Amino acid sequence: MTDLGSILRYATPIALPALGESLGEKAGVINVGLEGLMLGSAFAAAMTTLKTGNPWLGLLAGALVGILIALLLGLFAITLGQDQIVVGTGINLLSLGVCGSVYERVFGKSGKLLTFAQLPTYKAGGFLGNLDLAILLLASTIAFSIWLLNKSSLGLKLRAAGEYPNAVVASGFSVQRVRYIGLVLMGLIAGLGGAYFAVGVTGSFAPGYIAGRGFVAIAMVTFGRWKPVWILLGSLLIGYADRLQLDLQAAGIKLPLQVLLALPYVLTLIVLVVLGKGVRAPAALGKAYTER
Amino acid sequence: MKALSGFGRLGGVLLALVLTLLVFGIPVGPGLKLLYEGAFSDKYAWSQTWVITTPLLLCALGICVAWKAGMFNIGGEGQLIIGALFSATLAQKLISSSNTSGLWVLPLLLVGAVGGALYALFAGWLAVKRSVEPVISTILLNFIAIQALGFAVSGPLKRTDSAMPLSVSLPPSLMLPKFDKKLDTHWGVPLAFGIGLIVYVWLFHTRDGFRLRAVGQNPNAARANGIEPDRFRLKGMAISGALCGLAGAIQYLGISGQLGTSFSQQFGFLAIPVALVGALNPLAVLGSSIFFGALFASTTNLSRFAGVGSTLVPVIQGLSVFGLLAFQKFIDDRERILLSKGGQE
Repeated sequence: MTDLGSILRYATPIALPALGESLGEKAGVINVGLEGLMLGSAFAAAMTTLKTGNPWLGLLAGALVGILIALLLGLFAITLGQDQIVVGTGINLLSLGVCGSVYERVFGKSGKLLTFAQLPTYKAGGFLGNLDLAILLLASTIAFSIWLLNKSSLGLKLRAAGEYPNAVVASGFSVQRVRYIGLVLMGLIAGLGGAYFAVGVTGSFAPGYIAGRGFVAIAMVTFGRWKPVWILLGSLLIGYADRLQLDLQAAGIKLPLQVLLALPYVLTLIVLVVLGKGVRAPAALGKAYTER
Repeated sequence: MKALSGFGRLGGVLLALVLTLLVFGIPVGPGLKLLYEGAFSDKYAWSQTWVITTPLLLCALGICVAWKAGMFNIGGEGQLIIGALFSATLAQKLISSSNTSGLWVLPLLLVGAVGGALYALFAGWLAVKRSVEPVISTILLNFIAIQALGFAVSGPLKRTDSAMPLSVSLPPSLMLPKFDKKLDTHWGVPLAFGIGLIVYVWLFHTRDGFRLRAVGQNPNAARANGIEPDRFRLKGMAISGALCGLAGAIQYLGISGQLGTSFSQQFGFLAIPVALVGALNPLAVLGSSIFFGALFASTTNLSRFAGVGSTLVPVIQGLSVFGLLAFQKFIDDRERILLSKGGQE
């Protein structure tokens, strides 16, 4: 049966992007381009690790690319005040195209399977299985998110920028700047999630392999009602389904392959249907704010 | 100002094209020439442009209707696939009972539209009754539809005489008629353009179309005026899904004649930038879908010459979206400045 270590490993590329996304959304910016951001980060991590042989550098590169993509979103959605959904769709397209093109250029059209060094794992054995950086990443991000949103003055500003931007201006701060901070945090955390998928989970890269995890992560934010712990719980559930799907396949359980592959998406949908009612998003989510 | 704004959009997209060519190290002059030739140089190139334009146009029209109602339907791809699956299911029944009269083409198209509409209505129901954002639910439904397609063609719809996951091939009588046997251009092309005009008239010149747009623009104001927002949200999703489902059926009955896992060509997804470049106006979308249809037909030509793969397409589209947004901002600002100057005088 599936051990805790591998559930954590499969949950992390959902949980980190979802936690990052929730911080951006708290500040009033939805990033529909999360899928593209994860792909970009995973690709940066893969290329860096392949070149240097060091997955830690890969992780760093992924985080940086995550921040860069977040800034691109900010430029169009915050500074230029354009529709956030449209900008996000553009990011998804661009990232898919750029990563696919560069990948084709470097490795040819055949889709050669890339493999590279993965993050080290610690063999705890038994119920715990193999543990790696995932548990640390999750714990620190959760602790940081809770502290930020509930205890820090920056968190207060972030939440105000998403709920009632006029209050931010009234207290003498810039809504746009606060939202940029939210986005940079989003890019950093989500970028780490994408990079971890490359150097922690798969140890390989293929242009299509994020396979909707970014979208599932956005769904987890709604499911978790923008609360870090609930987002983590939802992501663990999806990570479990993701892992279970592989286990069932390996065990040769007689379920059509497609039913298994659809499992994480169906589960996400069911979770939203059952628990989505009564969700209240940040009031100014998705609305551009022009400062006068 | 309207014309300038249209010109600005085109300028943004052209800039994106040139930029992409530069980034890929393709000489701009010959690159643009190859792009042009791939779409317009002869009868074959034109037929390619038309048949790629058709599903793009229908899905983009679908996106116009849903987005105008304030429902950000990203699920065109899923609705397209489900439409084709509905159509293929009926077709299989017809073939196995030897009912292959050409009269069945119309019901096959309609069933596709119904399938797409039902699939989109599910997302609409989720939004209206369970507060699930369509942006999220329709994307999840896309992935589920892709798996459903894989399941259908390797299970219930699989042809028995082949090991490959493919459905039975349609007999020629059940396919959409063609204008010229040697070319791909089929009856779905004029049908799609006709529908484009109908959608335009409905959206901008009927009472229900107005109500739908009112709901999208300001649901509270609409409610205050006795318009029930949820009704029009559902209506918008149903029409949107029907158009995307029809696109799937047309693609199946006009081009592929058979379903396989590669049937999903992302038209439903690619239609989003098409609809946006057309500023969600069906008339402008007629133009932008020809533009993008030609672009896709021509990128095949370009990639053959320049050794770049199909991955060039999303790069161009992504940059087009950003180019479009930047130009839009530029134009909005100028308009504002002009207006404020006018106010001072």
